[in-house]
Amino acid sequence: MELLRIATAGSVDDGKSTLIGRLLYDSKAIFEDQLESVERVSRQRGDEYTDLALLTDGLRAEREQGITIDVAYRYFATPARKFIIADTPGHIQYTRNMVTGNSNADLTLVLVDARKGIVEQTRRHAFLASLLRVPHLLLCVNKMDLVGYDPDVFGAIREEFAAFASRLDVSDLSFIPISALQGDNVVQRSVNMPWYEGASLLHHLEQVYISSDRNLIDPRLPVQWVVRPQATSTPDYRGYAGRVAGGVFRSGDEVLVLPSGLTTRVAGIDTFDGQLAEAYPPMSVTVRLVDDVDISRGDLICRPMNQPTVGQDLDALVAWMADRPVVPGDFLALKHTTRWVRAVVRDIHYRLDVNTLHRDESAGSLGLNDVGRVSLRVTQPLYYDSYRRNRQTGSFILADESTNVTVGAGMLHGPD
Amino acid sequence: MERAPGGTAAGQYQQSHLSTLESQSIHIIREVAAEFERPVLLFSGGKDSVVMLRLAQKAFWPGRIPFPIMHVDTGHNFPEVIEFRDRAVDSYGANLVVASVQASIDSGRAVDEPGPNPSRNRLQTRTLLDAINEHRFDAVFGGARRDEEKARSKERVFSFRDEFGQWDPKNQRPELWSLFNGRHRAGEHIRVFPLSDWTELDIWQYVTEDHLELPSIYYSHRREVFRRDGMLLSVGAHVSPRGDEEVFETTVRYRTVGDMTCTGAVESLATTAEDIVIEVAASRLTERGATRADDRVSEAAMEDRKREGYF
Repeated sequence: MELLRIATAGSVDDGKSTLIGRLLYDSKAIFEDQLESVERVSRQRGDEYTDLALLTDGLRAEREQGITIDVAYRYFATPARKFIIADTPGHIQYTRNMVTGNSNADLTLVLVDARKGIVEQTRRHAFLASLLRVPHLLLCVNKMDLVGYDPDVFGAIREEFAAFASRLDVSDLSFIPISALQGDNVVQRSVNMPWYEGASLLHHLEQVYISSDRNLIDPRLPVQWVVRPQATSTPDYRGYAGRVAGGVFRSGDEVLVLPSGLTTRVAGIDTFDGQLAEAYPPMSVTVRLVDDVDISRGDLICRPMNQPTVGQDLDALVAWMADRPVVPGDFLALKHTTRWVRAVVRDIHYRLDVNTLHRDESAGSLGLNDVGRVSLRVTQPLYYDSYRRNRQTGSFILADESTNVTVGAGMLHGPD
Repeated sequence: MERAPGGTAAGQYQQSHLSTLESQSIHIIREVAAEFERPVLLFSGGKDSVVMLRLAQKAFWPGRIPFPIMHVDTGHNFPEVIEFRDRAVDSYGANLVVASVQASIDSGRAVDEPGPNPSRNRLQTRTLLDAINEHRFDAVFGGARRDEEKARSKERVFSFRDEFGQWDPKNQRPELWSLFNGRHRAGEHIRVFPLSDWTELDIWQYVTEDHLELPSIYYSHRREVFRRDGMLLSVGAHVSPRGDEEVFETTVRYRTVGDMTCTGAVESLATTAEDIVIEVAASRLTERGATRADDRVSEAAMEDRKREGYF
C-alpha cells in the first residue's frame, strides 16, 4: 500500500471542511466519539448544522473565533492507499501555510464553488502548488447541486482554469465536478451527472500515478550521521547514514564524495533488517564504502558522472514568512539537506504577485507572505540541484540568527 | 529479515506505506542525534514508545542508540508495564533515567489533586520539566501521533518549547520538506515527534510485522473492573470503586497505557497483534476517546496540558 500526501486549502464557504469530513467519514476515519464531540459543540454554539470544520479546528482560539489558524494533518486509508491531508487555511498567513502544506505534497486539491467560479484564491492556490512543484493538481468544482448539475457551468470553469494553468508549470491537471454535501462524485460516481465520464474523487486519489514523481535519475545521498559502533563485534565498521534524496544506489557502484572529490565504490547498503542490493528515495539507509575516505555529516555521496552543482552563490525563489521584511545585506542561517551555513542576502531581483504573477522589479524587499527572486551568498559551497529537478537537494530554509525562528523557504534555480 | 525497507514491490522502486513512515522517522531521529547536544527519548512502555525505541535502534544500527531513555513514573503505573519497561530498556542496552512524580510530591514540587483516586496525569508535567532542566536535555523525543487528538493534529515534528517548557500553538515554526529547524537558546528545548504521521493502525501493523513485544495488558486477559464515566477501570492499589460502582470480572485489554487511575480497558477477545489490527480497523471510537479520562475534562484538555509542557 502506497502513501499519498495531499495538500488542500480554502475557506469555510467553499465546502472544504464538508468535503474532508465526508472523505474521512466515508473511509471510516472519523470515529463516533469525534463526531459526538463535534455535534455537542455545534449544538452548544447554536449552529443550525453540525460544523465538520470542528473536526480539524482543534485549538481553543480556532473554536472561539471560528477560523483555522494552522496547518492541520488528517489521516485516512482505503484498501488501496493511505492518505495524509495537510489542510491549510485559505485566508490567514495563506502563503506561509500553503507553502508549508505543499512542500511535501504529491497532489494539491483546489476547491472551487460552482456558483462563484475561479476567484483570486483559486489562482493563488494553483500558483503556489506549481511553485512548490506538486506533481498533480486537481480542481474540484464543488456545489454542483446548487447549479442544477449543469455541464456548461463545469465546462466554463474548466476552460477558464486550464487557460490560467497554461501559464504555470503544471504537469498533471485534472477536473472533477462534485457536491461534497450531497456526495456526488466524492466516493461514488454521481447519477446526477451522467455527462461526466471521469473517476470519482476518491477513485482518482487512489489511482493517480505517483511512482515516477521522485527523482530516480540523479543519485544523491546527503550524509546525516557516521555510524561507528566501536564495539568488539564490529571493530572496523564505518557506515554513512542518510536518506536517499535522489537516484538509485547499488552495491558495487562507483561513487564520488563531496567536498573531497574522492571516488570509491559502494561496499554494501545496510539496514537493521538486512543488506539491500539497491537504495532509492525516500529510503533511510547506511552505506559502506570500499575505501577509507574522510566523510562527515553534511557531505554528499553522488556518482562521478552525475554530480550536483557546487557553489556559494545561490539564485532562488524565496517565500518570506516573518513579520519583519528581508532586505539586501541581511544575514541569515540557512539549512540545506543536512547542513547549516550562514547566508547574506545579495539582491532581491523581483517580488512576484501571487495573484497576478506580475513581477515587481522595484520591490527591493520581501514582506510577510511575499515570494520573490533572491540572490544569496553562503559561507561554504553547497552541493545542490535545481528545485525543479530535485525537491530535496533543491530546497532550503532560512532562520533568523537571533530568534532562531524559521523565516523563509527557498527553491533553488540552477542549470537543469 | 521481516520486511525489506523496499517494501512489497521493490522492483518498481516503490515503498510500502509502513516502510515510508519508517524511513521518515529514522531520518528525524538521526537529525536530532546529529544536531543536538543532549537528546533523550521518552519511554512509557506503551506501544508508541516501543515502536519509537525500535526505530531509534534501527537508525544507528549496528551502533548503539546514542542517547538515554527516560520514563516519567507517576507511581500509578500498571505493574506489568514497569516490569516490561526494565526488560525492554535492558535488551536495547540503553541507559534508563527514571523521573519520579512521587519524588516531586515528596519534595513539595508537586501536590496530588484532592479527592479519592487522584489522577497524577497533570502532575507529570512538573516532573518532566524538572528532569529536562536537571539533565539539561535539549531535545526530547515523544511518541505522540497527530491522529490521536485534535490539538496534536496541529503539532510540528520539531516543536519548540520556551524556558518554561511551554508550547505556543499560535506561534509555531513553519516546517517544510524534511528540513527541520532545531535551533534554540540555552534553557529552551525542542520536543521531537518522530511518529507524527503514524496512525494507531500503522503502529499495530508495525508491531505485527516487526514482532515487537508489548506489555501484556495490551492483549486480552481476565480482570476485575468497575464502570466509571462509561469507562472500565481496573481495581488496584490506586483505584477503588465507590459504593455504587459494582465490581465484576470480564475479558478486557487496554488500547493505551497510562495511569491506572485514568486509563480504561475495552472489552476484547484479541490475544495477538494480528487480532488487534483487525479490531482497530473496525473500531468506531478513537483510542483516547474510548479509554482516557484525562482528555474528557474539556474540549481543549489536551491543548491546555500541552501548553504547560505536557508530553
